[in-house]
Amino acid sequence: MALAQADVLAGLKEIVEEVAGIPAASVELDKNFTDDLEVDSLSMVEVVVACEERFGVKIPDEKVTELVTVGDAVNFIVNASN
Amino acid sequence: MSQRRVVVTGLGATTPLGGDVDTTWKAILAGQSGVRLLTDDWREMLPVHFAARVATEPADQMERVEMRRLDRSEQFALIASREAWKDAGSPDELDKERLGVVVASGIGGVITLMDQFNILNEKGARSVSPHTVPMLMPNGPAANVGLELKAKAGVHTPVSACASGAEAIGYAFEMIKNNRADIVVSGGVEAACHQLPMAAFAAMKALSTRNDDPARASRPYDRDRDGFVLGEGGGILVLEEYEHAKARGAKIYCEISGQGLTSDGYHIAAPDPEGSGVQRAIKFALQNAGMTAKDIVHLNAHATSTPAGDVAEANALRKALGADADHVAVSATKSMTGHLLGGAGAIESVFLVKALQDRLAPPTINIENLDPAVTVDVVRDKPRALPAGDIAALNDSFGFGGHNVVLVFNSI
Repeated sequence: MALAQADVLAGLKEIVEEVAGIPAASVELDKNFTDDLEVDSLSMVEVVVACEERFGVKIPDEKVTELVTVGDAVNFIVNASN
Repeated sequence: MSQRRVVVTGLGATTPLGGDVDTTWKAILAGQSGVRLLTDDWREMLPVHFAARVATEPADQMERVEMRRLDRSEQFALIASREAWKDAGSPDELDKERLGVVVASGIGGVITLMDQFNILNEKGARSVSPHTVPMLMPNGPAANVGLELKAKAGVHTPVSACASGAEAIGYAFEMIKNNRADIVVSGGVEAACHQLPMAAFAAMKALSTRNDDPARASRPYDRDRDGFVLGEGGGILVLEEYEHAKARGAKIYCEISGQGLTSDGYHIAAPDPEGSGVQRAIKFALQNAGMTAKDIVHLNAHATSTPAGDVAEANALRKALGADADHVAVSATKSMTGHLLGGAGAIESVFLVKALQDRLAPPTINIENLDPAVTVDVVRDKPRALPAGDIAALNDSFGFGGHNVVLVFNSI
């Protein structure tokens, strides 16, 4: 069964706060990981691996570069869980 | 170009006796021990159950998110360098192309290395942290300090085991002397209170096993010393070109006027019992500073509390300084801090600067019976006043591999 978008967003907020110290409140769907949230390339790797563990999905390396915004990541995870 | 002189304008430290220089120095003068029983379960695997961990955990001095991408040794480096930079008056307007960093570590990020190896085995390659390499590389502490201060004159990491911290300060001294930089943030750190390095040092029979009395285990020059006590932490000195420091009205602690560097060519871990490498290093350091043994009133010794090392060093001091050794107050502060390996020469240089400032040689604790083979004048139990007027002091550090470093500091 597909995960709910709201649940994935809530989980992703926690992960980004844990890894990069970005307050959960500012992790919104339209935010760009690099430009808005200043998540660098090394921290992005941590975010991806943490998402895989938490949501039980696989995020292939070649897809990571396509996850530009928080919304991109949430949608990818929701679809992958389906 | 006129001869460039180098002075100390800032100090920082986090040690087993305090999270900053003032707290540490007060405890040193009071003769307190920073050695405690380990609380980790793994201690039971080892023949040694104690160490000298830092008195203030980095978590009390840094943000969580910053900490998680730094090895513990890098945390120590940033904590001490922030204190030292602030103490130097935060000269942020300096041309960053004239700012250097030299911070040493003896072992590098060994705790990170072991933690990530465990993660690899338990969870697989994908779970290994992408921060692992920047955390375990021995130049990580220097690199992080350099990044924070935006230093562009050069960021360096000499590695020479337990001489590393002193070698870093000497390297920084040369950078200013040679006109590569006007300010260099220098020192050393170590974070190796972990079961593997402790088991490894214990396997060399290098560590004290006085498990029933940890606070009295580090006892340089005592007849019954049985090895060193592993410590952690770090020290940082801001070195600055003298005219540059004066021009900006900086507080000047003292001058660093020379260094002597030699190697033993004798054994990978044992000290040369003749101590000829140490003697030559002292001779070169005095020559480099334009001084003689007559000028020296205090020495912060390497003296780690090992049976062979302490006597070899004391013999070398006596031979190098001759009759002038009689007016040199010798302090072994490892009796209180334990042995910080790559951080040792750095915190001991901090102590030397404070000794010159306060005119007080710190005590050596835990000497119940002075080893009769020790023929230098050891400051025992209580601090000893140093003379008024122009005075100079030495810090010596030696490392596995036969590395010898002697630094000369003087009042100004």
